[in-house]
Amino acid sequence: MSEEMFPEPEWLSEEVKTGTTIIAVTFDGGVVLGSDSRVSAGESVVNRVMNKLSPLHDKIYCALSGSAADAQTIAEIVNYQLDVHSIEVEDDPLVCSAATLVKNISYKYKEELSAHLIVAGWDRKKGGQVYATLNGLLSRQPFAIGGSGSFYIHGFVDAEYRKNMTKRESQEFVVNALTLAMGRDGSSGGVAYVVTIDKGGAEEKCILGNELPRFFDQ
Amino acid sequence: MEKQHSYSQVKGVSTGTTILAVKFNGGVIIGSDSRASMGESYVSSKTINKLIQVHDRIFCCIAGSLADAQAVTKMAKFQLSFHSIQMESPPLVKAAASIMRELCYSNKEELQAGFITAGWDRKKGPQIYVVSLGGMLLSQPFTIGGSGSTYIYGYVDAKFKPDMSLEEAKQFSINALALAMGRDNVSGGVVHLVVITEPGVKHIVVPGDKLPKFHDE
Repeated sequence: MSEEMFPEPEWLSEEVKTGTTIIAVTFDGGVVLGSDSRVSAGESVVNRVMNKLSPLHDKIYCALSGSAADAQTIAEIVNYQLDVHSIEVEDDPLVCSAATLVKNISYKYKEELSAHLIVAGWDRKKGGQVYATLNGLLSRQPFAIGGSGSFYIHGFVDAEYRKNMTKRESQEFVVNALTLAMGRDGSSGGVAYVVTIDKGGAEEKCILGNELPRFFDQ
Repeated sequence: MEKQHSYSQVKGVSTGTTILAVKFNGGVIIGSDSRASMGESYVSSKTINKLIQVHDRIFCCIAGSLADAQAVTKMAKFQLSFHSIQMESPPLVKAAASIMRELCYSNKEELQAGFITAGWDRKKGPQIYVVSLGGMLLSQPFTIGGSGSTYIYGYVDAKFKPDMSLEEAKQFSINALALAMGRDNVSGGVVHLVVITEPGVKHIVVPGDKLPKFHDE
């Protein structure tokens, strides 16, 4: 291997991934979605403030993970399809419809795409719902975690999740889980974005690094 | 983690596993699951004890290739007993950990095992040392290891408090191991715990049906 004086920077040749941590939780009356903000290409961080919570409709959001380009494209396509659908039915779309549209794309192009989106939102029919769409599977769950950082918090969310938490408790649960994952996963970090969706609409919040909770650190 | 899995298929029996050690007020608890797997789909033993006693108040737990770990601990046990006869006093926990580290570092090309050494000695009381795969030695108030440990990093980071009581530390260890065993398919079986304090050593086994149950989707 020849030695170069000025080797090409990694981010020009490595695929851009949102190695990431995403989480969505239902509470009594809505859902809370959370994500970190780091986008990496190989070992460099190309964007440290990306918001991975993308709106699909007024009260339906999705959380992106995996290949950044794939995930963003799926979200844009589904956003368009949902708009058309909601005009046709003359009503707000169901979360289940949004999740199904995402699932259809993920499944049909399973070999080419590598993105995992978690779809969550509120609708009049079933209230707050969270759907995981990993690799073309569609599964409704009380909460879902995804991305490379999610492995480190499986134990934590298994232990700490309780049914019927209040809005406040769910937000704390999401922020704690994100903080713990960002503390251990090299591909997650930056700030935490939290979106709370209920009957009244969607509320976006950004929590800076120094405002995140602190845990035991040797 | 992927590298370790493919290596273990070449090497044979591996303890895809979850191990941990926690310091509490007055002692240490060292714990593990009890599953030994060959490759990723065959459980070769459901009840293996991964907590090896290398001296009266010093225990080791092993993660990685079972054969390597047994060979290293056997050698360490021998060297440690020789050392304690020469010193005419019980060995320090750090001495035990250093012996493991020497063995791991000098044979780092051939070996595929990491260790947690925990125990009690008169000089520094309860201590935990981690010897990683390449031979690094590190002292920590608590530590986790093995393939199942990735799933509980978040949990132990959130729940550990320094200076816990024996009961709290026991509950912490059992919860952490149960959570890891619930997510990692190469960890499972029963939970083995050893509590090491100045007066002595106590071995506790928690069978699968007595483990705490968490929210299951």
